[in-house]
Amino acid sequence: MSNILEVNNLVTKFYTLDGVVNAVNGVSFDLEEGETLAIVGESGSGKSVTMMSLLGLIPMPPGKIEAGAAFFSGDEGRRDLLQMSPDELRDVRGGQIGFVFQDPISTLNPILTIGEQISEILTRHKGMSKDAARRRAIELLTQVGIPDPELRYKAFPFQFSGGMRQRVVIAIAIACTPKIIIADEPTTALDVTVQAQIVDLFKRLREALGVAVIWITHDLGVVAGVAERVLVMYGGRPVEIALVNDLYEHPQHPYTLGLLGALPRMDARESERLVSIKGTPPDLLLPLRHCPFAWRCEHAFDRCWQEIPPLITVGEQHQTSCFYDLEEGGPRDV
Amino acid sequence: MQRYFISRLVQSVLLLFGVLLLVFIMVRVTGDPATLMMPREASPEDVEAFREKMGFNDPTLVQFGRFISGAITGDFGNSLHFKTPAMPMVVGRLPATVQLALTGLVFAVVVGIPLGLVGGFNPGSVIDNIGRFLALLGQSVPNFWLALIMILYFAVRLQWFPSFGRDEWKSVIMPAFVLGLPVMGQIVRLTRSAVLEIRGEDFIRTAHSKGLMLRTIYTKHVLRNVAIPLVSVIGVQFGYMLGGSIYIEFIFSWPGMGQLLQQSIGWRDFPLVQALAVFTSAVVLGLNLLTDMAYAIIDPRIRYGK
Amino acid sequence: MENKDITTQRTSDSLLDVERTFKERLAYAGRFLWRDRSGVIGLVLFLIVVIAAVFAPQISPYDPLEQNLRDNKMPPAWSDGGSGDHPFGTDNLGRDSFSRIVYGARVSLTVGFFGVLIAGSLGLVIGAIAGYMGGRVDTAIMSIINLILSLPYLLFVVFIASVLGRSLLNVILIFGITDAPIFARVTRGEVLRMRESGYVESAISAGARWPRIIFDHILPNLIGPLITLATFEMSAMIFYEAGLGFLGLSVPPTIPSWGNMLAAGRKYLQAYPWIAAFPGLAIMFTSLGMNLLGDWLRDVLDPRLRRSRK
Repeated sequence: MSNILEVNNLVTKFYTLDGVVNAVNGVSFDLEEGETLAIVGESGSGKSVTMMSLLGLIPMPPGKIEAGAAFFSGDEGRRDLLQMSPDELRDVRGGQIGFVFQDPISTLNPILTIGEQISEILTRHKGMSKDAARRRAIELLTQVGIPDPELRYKAFPFQFSGGMRQRVVIAIAIACTPKIIIADEPTTALDVTVQAQIVDLFKRLREALGVAVIWITHDLGVVAGVAERVLVMYGGRPVEIALVNDLYEHPQHPYTLGLLGALPRMDARESERLVSIKGTPPDLLLPLRHCPFAWRCEHAFDRCWQEIPPLITVGEQHQTSCFYDLEEGGPRDV
Repeated sequence: MQRYFISRLVQSVLLLFGVLLLVFIMVRVTGDPATLMMPREASPEDVEAFREKMGFNDPTLVQFGRFISGAITGDFGNSLHFKTPAMPMVVGRLPATVQLALTGLVFAVVVGIPLGLVGGFNPGSVIDNIGRFLALLGQSVPNFWLALIMILYFAVRLQWFPSFGRDEWKSVIMPAFVLGLPVMGQIVRLTRSAVLEIRGEDFIRTAHSKGLMLRTIYTKHVLRNVAIPLVSVIGVQFGYMLGGSIYIEFIFSWPGMGQLLQQSIGWRDFPLVQALAVFTSAVVLGLNLLTDMAYAIIDPRIRYGK
Repeated sequence: MENKDITTQRTSDSLLDVERTFKERLAYAGRFLWRDRSGVIGLVLFLIVVIAAVFAPQISPYDPLEQNLRDNKMPPAWSDGGSGDHPFGTDNLGRDSFSRIVYGARVSLTVGFFGVLIAGSLGLVIGAIAGYMGGRVDTAIMSIINLILSLPYLLFVVFIASVLGRSLLNVILIFGITDAPIFARVTRGEVLRMRESGYVESAISAGARWPRIIFDHILPNLIGPLITLATFEMSAMIFYEAGLGFLGLSVPPTIPSWGNMLAAGRKYLQAYPWIAAFPGLAIMFTSLGMNLLGDWLRDVLDPRLRRSRK
């Protein structure tokens, strides 16, 4: 399998009146064809901004991409997304990379029919005629499990429930059979039962289309059933990358450990109660000069306050940015 | 859609009834409508005779019944000044006022919407700053004063336009400009802020994420949504201009309803004032109804009765 | 996979430099002032009008009612025939225009302030009742409010003013009552929004009493939108008062108000235009200041709008 997306050292900042917000501070990761990668972190960890910056979806100004490269192996071969012109990015977005956003209530245009909102992406990227786009849109509605697609084609978003709207958004995302789907908290705004349905839909579509998925979430619990690999982010930096089972069984970063501790577990013993991570997320207005998690870390020692820990390989497909070896119980030898 | 239309229609009729009640109460709020309507120097005997003649001695409920039944047939009594039925006189003034308000509205829309759009799509640009400055000016300059200044320069000094009346096509330009200026300011501000707000909506980000062309995003996704508040504001502002042209008609001696109102107040001709108040309100209510219809046509959320 | 080159900013200086230097703070404050320059201008203009109104006797060189027919219709100081004694010239009765403008600020601000005070208090109570009671009470109140708001406003103000006759109290009452629906509507909207947001309910379930809920939760949230609205409405009232005065329907002609001065100046427009020019400029000055101030307050006080500011 080859990498479809390689992100190197992405740095994104926002120049606001309150100061410079260091939203993304050097993020790197790879995405293989057909793979599902989860990006996990609390709000403000830079997980969404990372993906939005790659595809020119952050407002500029105040946003600015200061460094990095993102090689996408699309229809025109391997190209750096960050070097593309706005028009070239427009061709990639929607056509080769699809999006699903968090809130299905506000992500659809309230005054256009959902049929129109699916068709327009087909006429734009596939050059379909109105009629062909219509037929394809109805096909897509069937594929994402919307009953009476012919009838629903003419309906408006407010006539749909939240879960149904999210299905429409997914239909838009897969309309042009993209290579990657970026799903930004696609289930967060939904009821628990609907969440499960959407997760199932994603799995089914991934199998059927062979599309790679980047699943952005703050909920490590959802990840287990969806993703093969997990990237944990904190303070605009990657803190751990691992295969999903490896991460659950051998977390190598205190933050990941904290996130896992915050999950309700079926097999929890009396002593392993639900714990939350103490402290508040980092102030992104301050320039990063040390491990961003040091403030909240019970294992932090002097080196953590002096350097920014780089990603350290700790196992097969497993990296962490921490100077402290959780399993050995002492500073790492790097 | 039909149900919405019917309920709005019923609501408008009820509102009109409310207007009649309000007008009826207002003339009697000082206690004695007869003294209100007679010249101040009138003798007590004359006032009493007038009171009897107008039926102000009857029980209030009887008076109200008479007022309402008259109103339904369009009979608001005779003008005290002209001694002829009040309502036809008021209706006769409508075309002049509509001409003035419509010209002013066209000016406000034609100048205001483009300025607001340019400002909303390029905040901080030169045109945006010009538009915002004009909007601020339009809202801060007292238009009755501006009218005086314009008469002084463009009518008296430069003699480009006539200073009063409605005798030639050029007559409408100055009063319409002055009447339209604050409305233009409103439209610039609303258009600009609506564009900025819609551009920040999640569904616009979705449109960008679909890789749509900027032109498509702006016209299909942004402009159509901006049109919704714009239609309603234009309707409301047109109503404001129809009922708010009093100063302007007064200054330019424009023979419309506003001028008649100002005159009839001077003559203490309250049957005429009543007829004017009711008729203008009815026109404005009708306009609001039309605006809501237009609103429903462009906004499916209302059309499908959400 | 191997390590990607991540730029590590190795620094040895203080890590806890949350403290900003004085210069940085000054630059920060300056940036805010510059961003809000229109608000600052608005505030200054408004304060000038307030000071003129409060200290009118100290500021004005003459009694605004003192007639001096020998010096009538004098042009302003900077044009031919003007004199420094009367900076804005004199009117048809030889009264000092500058002094009359300064005293006129009193009338305008009195009408605006008390008008808004009455409209705001009435509106707050009515709107809060509608928002709280909900149901039929709300429907009834809102239909009356919608009735009043759908009327041609100016026409009815002119109508009522002509029925009641000219007096300062009447003008204040007219504006205070006719403007209350706008405050009521805004109050009701905010109350409903707060009720939906749920924290009032959680306060009730936590055992808080009503007065406490009103003072701790409701009023602090209402104050921002209401202050902003009050600024705009006060500006509108000053505007309309002058308009009524211009039509001869506001305060009695003996009182120096900007509207009365405009009405008087209109008669001499061609030969002595300055008589009408200065009161108009005064209205514009005040209205400009209050609009700028209102825009700024809206941006600052409404958290929902703050983010959209560029």
